[in-house]
Amino acid sequence: MARIVIVGNGMVSYKLCEKLVEKNSSASITVIGEEPRPAYDRVHLSAYFEDENADKLTMAPKDWYDGNGINLITSEKVSQINREEQYVTTHTNSKYEYDYLVLATGSSAFVPPIKGVEKKGVFVYRTIEDLEMMMAYGKKASSAAVLGGGLLGLEAAKAAIDMNLKTSVVEFAPRLMPRQIDEEGGLLLKSKMEDLGIDILLGKATSNIEGEEKMTGMAFSDGTSLDVDMLIISAGIRPRDELGKEAGLEVAERGGFVVNSLMQTSDEKIFAVGECASYENMIYGLVAPGYDMAEVVAEQIANDNKEYTFTGCDMSTKLKLIGVDVASFGDPFCDNIPHYPISINDKKNGIYKRINVDLEGKKLLGGILIGDADDYNMLHQMFINEMALPPHPQDLIIKSSGEEGGAGIGIDALPDTAQVCSCENVSKGDICCSIKDDGVTDINGIKAATKAGTGCGGCLPMVNNILEDTLAQMGTVVRKEICEHFPYTRQEMFDLIKVNEIKSYTELLEKYGSGGGCETCKPLVGSLLASIWNDLILKESTIQDTNDRFLANIQKGGSYSVVPRIPGGEITPDKLIVIGEVAKEFDLYTKITGGQRIDLFGARLNDLPLIWERLVDAGFESGHAYGKSLRTVKSCVGSTWCRFGLHDSVGFAIEVENRYKGLRSPHKLKGGVSGCIRECAEARGKDFGIIATEKGWNLYVGGNGGANPKHAVLLAGDIDKETVIKYLDRYLMFYIKTAEPLQRTAPWQEKLEGGIDYLKQVICEDSLGIGEQLENDMKILIAHYTCEWKAAINDPEMRKRFTHFSNDDSHDPTQKFKRERGQRFPVAW
Amino acid sequence: MTFEHNTLDQVTTWVKAGHVSDFPEDGGSSILYKDQQIAVFNFTTINKWFATQNLCPHKKQMILARGIIGTQGEEQTPKVACPYHKKTFSLETGENLNGCEDSITTFPIKIEDDTVFVGLVEEK
Ligand code: SRM
Ligand SMILES: Cc1cc2nc3c(=O)[nH]c(=O)nc-3n(C[C@H](O)[C@H](O)[C@H](O)COP(=O)(O)OP(=O)(O)OC[C@H]3O[C@@H](n4cnc5c(N)ncnc54)[C@H](O)[C@@H]3O)c2cc1C
Ligand code: SF4
Ligand code: FES
Repeated sequence: MARIVIVGNGMVSYKLCEKLVEKNSSASITVIGEEPRPAYDRVHLSAYFEDENADKLTMAPKDWYDGNGINLITSEKVSQINREEQYVTTHTNSKYEYDYLVLATGSSAFVPPIKGVEKKGVFVYRTIEDLEMMMAYGKKASSAAVLGGGLLGLEAAKAAIDMNLKTSVVEFAPRLMPRQIDEEGGLLLKSKMEDLGIDILLGKATSNIEGEEKMTGMAFSDGTSLDVDMLIISAGIRPRDELGKEAGLEVAERGGFVVNSLMQTSDEKIFAVGECASYENMIYGLVAPGYDMAEVVAEQIANDNKEYTFTGCDMSTKLKLIGVDVASFGDPFCDNIPHYPISINDKKNGIYKRINVDLEGKKLLGGILIGDADDYNMLHQMFINEMALPPHPQDLIIKSSGEEGGAGIGIDALPDTAQVCSCENVSKGDICCSIKDDGVTDINGIKAATKAGTGCGGCLPMVNNILEDTLAQMGTVVRKEICEHFPYTRQEMFDLIKVNEIKSYTELLEKYGSGGGCETCKPLVGSLLASIWNDLILKESTIQDTNDRFLANIQKGGSYSVVPRIPGGEITPDKLIVIGEVAKEFDLYTKITGGQRIDLFGARLNDLPLIWERLVDAGFESGHAYGKSLRTVKSCVGSTWCRFGLHDSVGFAIEVENRYKGLRSPHKLKGGVSGCIRECAEARGKDFGIIATEKGWNLYVGGNGGANPKHAVLLAGDIDKETVIKYLDRYLMFYIKTAEPLQRTAPWQEKLEGGIDYLKQVICEDSLGIGEQLENDMKILIAHYTCEWKAAINDPEMRKRFTHFSNDDSHDPTQKFKRERGQRFPVAW
Repeated sequence: MTFEHNTLDQVTTWVKAGHVSDFPEDGGSSILYKDQQIAVFNFTTINKWFATQNLCPHKKQMILARGIIGTQGEEQTPKVACPYHKKTFSLETGENLNGCEDSITTFPIKIEDDTVFVGLVEEK
């Protein structure tokens, strides 16, 4: 059994172990790393600033190494290699013999020889420990400078600004990221960094770091200076090749163990991989080439395969984490290559894009994207695969307005050999195979089967496109099965429940499901049962999401909000007074909602029935603010008062709201009624909107606000009230029956084949002949309406559930509130 | 809160949590013992009872008893989903099944004559 010793336990060292395990290598493996913990994801090091959670960054825990028979030794530094007798010794004088030695020592931050760099407050940015020291120091500092305006320097600057430090970046070159982007791009990037609050000092050579024991500032060779409390040096990397010098291994001029295409150093028993290896005089400061090198070594150790070789790697990069899109690929400058640059510099929107095209207009040579790097993946692919350019290459970077995704070629134009995930070296073909041959149907499956997207994650949008495209090509209708307990789509479940007259979750699970259910299928079935039978949701309260279970919306701190229904937004003074009194008595925070009613926040679980008792007494009903059900039908004041009003919009809104109150649906439903085209009720921003016209009413459907606002579109114009109701009954019932879980009307409508025209046929012309049935279904639901709160407070069994403890009457003693602006607030979490 | 998976032999006190009917079928409710809040789950479908801490480690909310329970994976691991952000925890080991939160403490539980008891480890 060959004995392999790996020096260093960084990202590439881990990847080599993983590959050896995958390839079932029989070698006995010892890994010696100087850092105190197993290898972690250095690429996402900055994430440590957010939560200081080192575990999240871990590539694999110690158990993984143990479980795979790998001897991992941490906190130990290899200090010597004895090539004759083939062993290494560590700083504690332990000795490890090898048949093959792999050097994976990475690199360290390059610290330029500036006077004063040894002072307190000067840091580098490479390890978790570096970050910890920086964060501790940063708490007492108010300003920071970053030396170096490259990829890493900007990332460090973003981290410093997130630490609330006044931050400057000091760069020697006359522009930022001088190796990746050109002058124009640099100017734009500079202004974007300045927008983030980061000062950019260019063309500055630092001559001295000032201060006594602690640094207090920097002096520059042009005579200027900067007062600053701490400095993060990010001026490049130096390969850690110190072991080689003493052992007589060949070391490159600019540092790094010289390796051949098999990753062998000048001693064929010793390999070098990752950032410490110098291939053709080049150090690759990125993780993907390191992974590629690991593959070369793993093939030799596990399969004795010397065919697979390292041939260099593409250095394209997309900057992450800094809040500005920056990418460059191929040769961004083409200084010595004949080419045509095509660029746009959209100063208004802060977008700069440049591509370099060869003289024949056939190939992409490289490019730069700033402010909008959405097309990076596609352009990068075209470059690596030397794909033919479209007839007008400028289309690649200029989006015609309204069109999404500029890069004017489709995913199907990509060859199967195209490398999609560079971290894990996964090709388009690999991904397609996992879909076509192994039946993978989702992103997680692809990640598990191919590892694509598990590194930096930058390729995920493209992986997703390939997935959708391939599934579509295969003619697979992607079945949206609910969860592991029910192999059905929502629509199938709807039919199962209805046809078989299933009345409870337990019954459905017994007959059609498996296992014990989960938080996905339970609320979904709860909603379906309610949509079909309109039975009381509390009868099976434990399958409901907490809001439905307690008929109120949960808030920070575990209190709930109370929203009584105020149909159409119309309320009498007496009822207003009741709300005020109840709020006062239970010390509830009150607020007018965006839905024309009043929300009472901060109710404790045990108080909910008491509060509702008072409200129900005064004639209020549940507002269903907690349910996937009808919320509000907003109204404008309409013809009764408004000088422009054509009809009584308030009256109609109240009528419609009362008709559909309590109606359970795939997502929440909102409506609006406006008295004229001025649209003060914002009806077209709702799932259904009714707007008065000279001749009657216009009915609009499929609108919403939210993150992705949509205006409702006209379903029928100039119709009378009865027809509005008839169409609405049909429309809502059709939606309830056929939509996906948590799909609002707008996306549902968009996905309907045939779109609004089809919908008009079904609803207005009754092309499917189901109009009457839909209306009848709706009638049944309306007939079954009861106010859930009224039922809950009157039923002792249901009421009993509204307590925090089952063995004690007290409120949750850990709840905390504070007072602000004269009302009670929850304390932040 | 650190992870503990209290086992039967560590139990020093069996605390009476209530009558079985105090705990909704396929659901949970919390109990107060001294200043400890414990979530008790009546998993009727698989005919088992579980007890865990009531505090969700994610945002430190006293809430787990109000979560939806279910099972996950081939092994049918019983679990509870926190109502706030749906982080899920194994009811058996307390392990966070999303793999990013701390584990929760679980307690032994037993039913005698329709009375529910939770086993606690108390410092003497
Ligand atoms: C209370 C209220 C804010 C306010 O103080 O004004 C509110 C509060 C919440 N909204 Fe809203 N929305 C409120 C009016 C709105 C409006 C305005 C409107 O209705 O005219 C909108 C835009 C219109 C729309 O829905 O299309 C709105 C769009 C959303 C969305 C985005 C929906 C979408 O389709 O994208 C969500 C998220 C969701 O439902 O998934 C949301 C979700 C929420 C939730 C339920 C978030 C949550 O899960 O905790 C908030 C509950 C707070 C609570 O505990 O009560 N809220 N929310 C408003 C209650 C209205 C009411 O009387 O019932
Ligand atoms: C903040 C930051 C952001 C980055 N972002 C990106 C990015 O977006 N994309 C990208 O591709 N790359 C990025 N990189 C670079 C990437 O992290 C490196 O390319 C990668 O970590 C190199 O892996 P490695 O295993 O060769 O070296 P390392 O991960 O540095 O591992 C080498 C290990 O060997 C140990 N070691 C050294 N000498 C000895 C010895 N004598 N005895 C024992 N142990 C020893 C070291 O302590 C270290 O733990 C980033 C780096 C940093 C610091
Ligand atoms: S906009 Fe966001 S924060 Fe405001 S109430 Fe709606 S969901 Fe809550
Ligand atoms: S508080 Fe429990 S999941 Fe967030």
